[in-house]
Amino acid sequence: MLQTLLPILIFAALAVGAAGAVRRIRLWRQGRRTPMRWHRLVLMPKRYLNDLHHVVARDKAIAHTHVATAGGFVAAMALALVVHGFGWRNPILGGLLLAASLCMFIGALAVNRRRIDPPAKLSKGPWQRLSKSLLAYSVGMFLVSLPLVGVAPTVLGGGVLALILLALVAWGLAEMLIGMGWGGPMKHAFAGTFHLAFHRRPERFDDQHRDVAHDVHRGSRSTALFPLDLTAKTLGVEKPADFQWEQLLGFDACVQCGRCQNVCPAYAAGQPLNPKKLIQDMVVGMAGGSDARYAGSGYPGIEVGKHHGGPTDAIVPQLVEAQTLWACTTCRACVEECPMMIEHVDAIVDMRRFITLERGETPEKGAAAIDNLIATDNPGGLDNASRLDWAADLDIPRIQQRPEGVDVLLWLGDGAFDMRNQRTLRSLVKILRAAEVDFAVLGDEERDSGDVARRLGDEATFQRLAERNIATLSRYRFQRIVTADPHSFHVLGREYGAFGGDYVVKHHSTFIAELFDAGRLSVKAAEPGETVTYHDPCYLGRYNGEFAAPRQVLAALGVEVAEMERSGYRSRCCGGGGGAALSDVPGKARIPDMRMEDVRETGATTVAVACPQCTAMLEGVVEPRPQVKDLAELVAAALAEPAAAPTARNSTEAPEEVPA
Amino acid sequence: MTQPERSASAAGEARVVALVSSGRHPVSGRAGRAREDARAVEMGLALAGASLHLAHAGDAEDAALPEYLGMFHGLEGAGGPGELSLLPMAAGDDAVPLLANWLEAYGANLVLTGQRAECGEGSGLLPYLLAERLGWAVATGVAAIEHYAGDRVTVLQALPQGQRRRLEVRLPCLLCVDGVAPMPRQSAFGPSRRGRVEAVANVTAEPDTLQAAWQWQPARARPKRLKVVKSTNARDRFKAAAAKSSASGGQVLTDLSPEEAAEKLIDYLRRERILTAPSGE
Repeated sequence: MLQTLLPILIFAALAVGAAGAVRRIRLWRQGRRTPMRWHRLVLMPKRYLNDLHHVVARDKAIAHTHVATAGGFVAAMALALVVHGFGWRNPILGGLLLAASLCMFIGALAVNRRRIDPPAKLSKGPWQRLSKSLLAYSVGMFLVSLPLVGVAPTVLGGGVLALILLALVAWGLAEMLIGMGWGGPMKHAFAGTFHLAFHRRPERFDDQHRDVAHDVHRGSRSTALFPLDLTAKTLGVEKPADFQWEQLLGFDACVQCGRCQNVCPAYAAGQPLNPKKLIQDMVVGMAGGSDARYAGSGYPGIEVGKHHGGPTDAIVPQLVEAQTLWACTTCRACVEECPMMIEHVDAIVDMRRFITLERGETPEKGAAAIDNLIATDNPGGLDNASRLDWAADLDIPRIQQRPEGVDVLLWLGDGAFDMRNQRTLRSLVKILRAAEVDFAVLGDEERDSGDVARRLGDEATFQRLAERNIATLSRYRFQRIVTADPHSFHVLGREYGAFGGDYVVKHHSTFIAELFDAGRLSVKAAEPGETVTYHDPCYLGRYNGEFAAPRQVLAALGVEVAEMERSGYRSRCCGGGGGAALSDVPGKARIPDMRMEDVRETGATTVAVACPQCTAMLEGVVEPRPQVKDLAELVAAALAEPAAAPTARNSTEAPEEVPA
Repeated sequence: MTQPERSASAAGEARVVALVSSGRHPVSGRAGRAREDARAVEMGLALAGASLHLAHAGDAEDAALPEYLGMFHGLEGAGGPGELSLLPMAAGDDAVPLLANWLEAYGANLVLTGQRAECGEGSGLLPYLLAERLGWAVATGVAAIEHYAGDRVTVLQALPQGQRRRLEVRLPCLLCVDGVAPMPRQSAFGPSRRGRVEAVANVTAEPDTLQAAWQWQPARARPKRLKVVKSTNARDRFKAAAAKSSASGGQVLTDLSPEEAAEKLIDYLRRERILTAPSGE
């Protein structure tokens, strides 16, 4: 009986699953089409075994569990097809099938143990069922295959036991094959396969990246936002079908593991954002229906099950509330953690673009900042000519007076208007002078880099600013740009390339580390006893892979760094990125307060920062708290007084501590 | 702000027009939406939705025009692209006859605009000159439109210190919108790109001969009178600080013939040394 029914079961499940898969592919292809690159399919195994495993393996137990279960299943399925499906009942193959089923069974046991009391980040519902289905499939397949090696009694060939075994196998096949095609939890394997092959950012898998720093940190290989064609019919994403089809495919690959939810600063602060739910909502929108069947944590403060969507229905507000999109700080922590390489931030910015460019519903302060950027080239609406007011006594050389060119163009960023950041800039100038760096500034010709406009979805204003800045920069000669603002650093260095601006851009931490390496800076020994911790800015670390230089600088100062639990690529955002400080979505806690709590846990009395936004956000935490100092301030304070005064120009230098 | 009430009949035949001018940013001096005109457009959009029509006399390339058209979003109904009629003229031409002729030809019965332009002459006289020429009513300092039906519109006029006066104005009329009117909506790039600027054909602008005869000199900042508040009372000090400078020592004149009123005004202007030449010629 088994020998006749098993092939029928297997092929029936395959056929039904395939029909579902075709329907699923149609769902993905509702998105905007791009040229198909079929040859990328051959890249899939490498991307899966290398790049994806690299992320999954951050949690060793899960990685081993997945290898056993998934590897066991793939082998068991392939062998079952040969042995039971086509009836090539070879004992060696049978033995291999038994081994594969056993391997899968062991993996499934681990899955089930995790599912007894699942952590909050995991989705329940069908995902709880999947753990049982894995057991059913592996046990059923093991037992029905025992006769192949002659172990089992022939009784297995008939009777009630056979029916029970068949039922087990049928359950397993239904979950694994039919569910894969028809949107069950196993969909992730099918969608994930194609998602890895057709990923929108192939650079993420490129081991021959030209920038070595980004090879060490894979997450920063491709982080620039995609330019938007401003002549397109509608701008940004209004409905799920407006996404590129690769994005829809990516959403479908989600395994609802909740790693993104665990690291999302907005979720932790009780703001109405949960990256996992957002991706699931995109799946709901793509397939049509309501979010009532979602079995994980929702957006804080928003009830699950009240929203619905369809491929050609507007996403906001029926499917996702605008507040959810504006809560994102674009810190990229979710993208960094996602084992399926889903690009949450791209999706959020795409939807913001529609809200800002087509609907004109940017949150009030964000809209004001954009209006100011249009009118005055800076988000504060200030006179651009006052960009250098803080340096009135420093006699900083202007690049306009240096037609022969300079080594370093110092990009000030909009922190130049902020009194707190002006202290950092003064420190940086002091350091550059101490190291006798040949530098100059653009002065009032510098405009905002466009970072905030772009993250708020105003691609038109961003592109206008980018083009004007690029035109300005093309008039002057310099070797490299140095900036104390990681946002400018990222935008100038990685996003202007698409508009024809290719520059060597260095963050001041990198540049200062190089100055130390070259022996151009000498510092006094640090005072012992002070504990310092370092807060990695998202746009320096996760976006650009620079984790080492700031720590080198601190080491050069002789400071011991007490690392926070979440540091390096897992650093928690300060809450100030992506225009989130402007949209200011209410939550239960403030993100900088939580970050300061991380700082306190290390026992540090000073937190070293390297970004004007982080400085502002962390200093906004009420006292008493550890003091917030930019790396430049720490270095400038430790500078040994120059034994030989470098140039006459320096003699006029003002005392460092100027009240801002 | 609440939506103004309007009866179906009025909304059906409503021809609401907003006159827009080129604004100047107070810091950078860049062209953009003028603050009061943008509020006038906002008021028009709240009243007439996408059927609001914009008009501008001036340069077709002005950067402010797309910004006004970018406000045509979030409107009930079809919400088609915004439309702006452009009456081409040079900076030295007289906008009044152009606009008056066009408004008549268009059949507008409610015209919204700001109180004064942010560049050029900026005298704030245009609404009065237009109303005079068209024989329409004019109301200034409009903070809100309360009711719009039949041949009348009820508006709230802004007075100093947050006071409001309810006015009933006969249509057709010109309403000059005050800076305290509701904030204008964001100007979005998409609608601004789709908005249409249509140059009105067969109009010939005439040079502003009066203006050409004027003598121009740079404005001189007049010293401000210091307000000394002698009070031990916090409430009085606060009131004094919050008060808009209001005229004092004036007199209210009623029941005068137009000639007498003109005499009084000329006397006053002489006293203030605004008029120096003897009246007459």
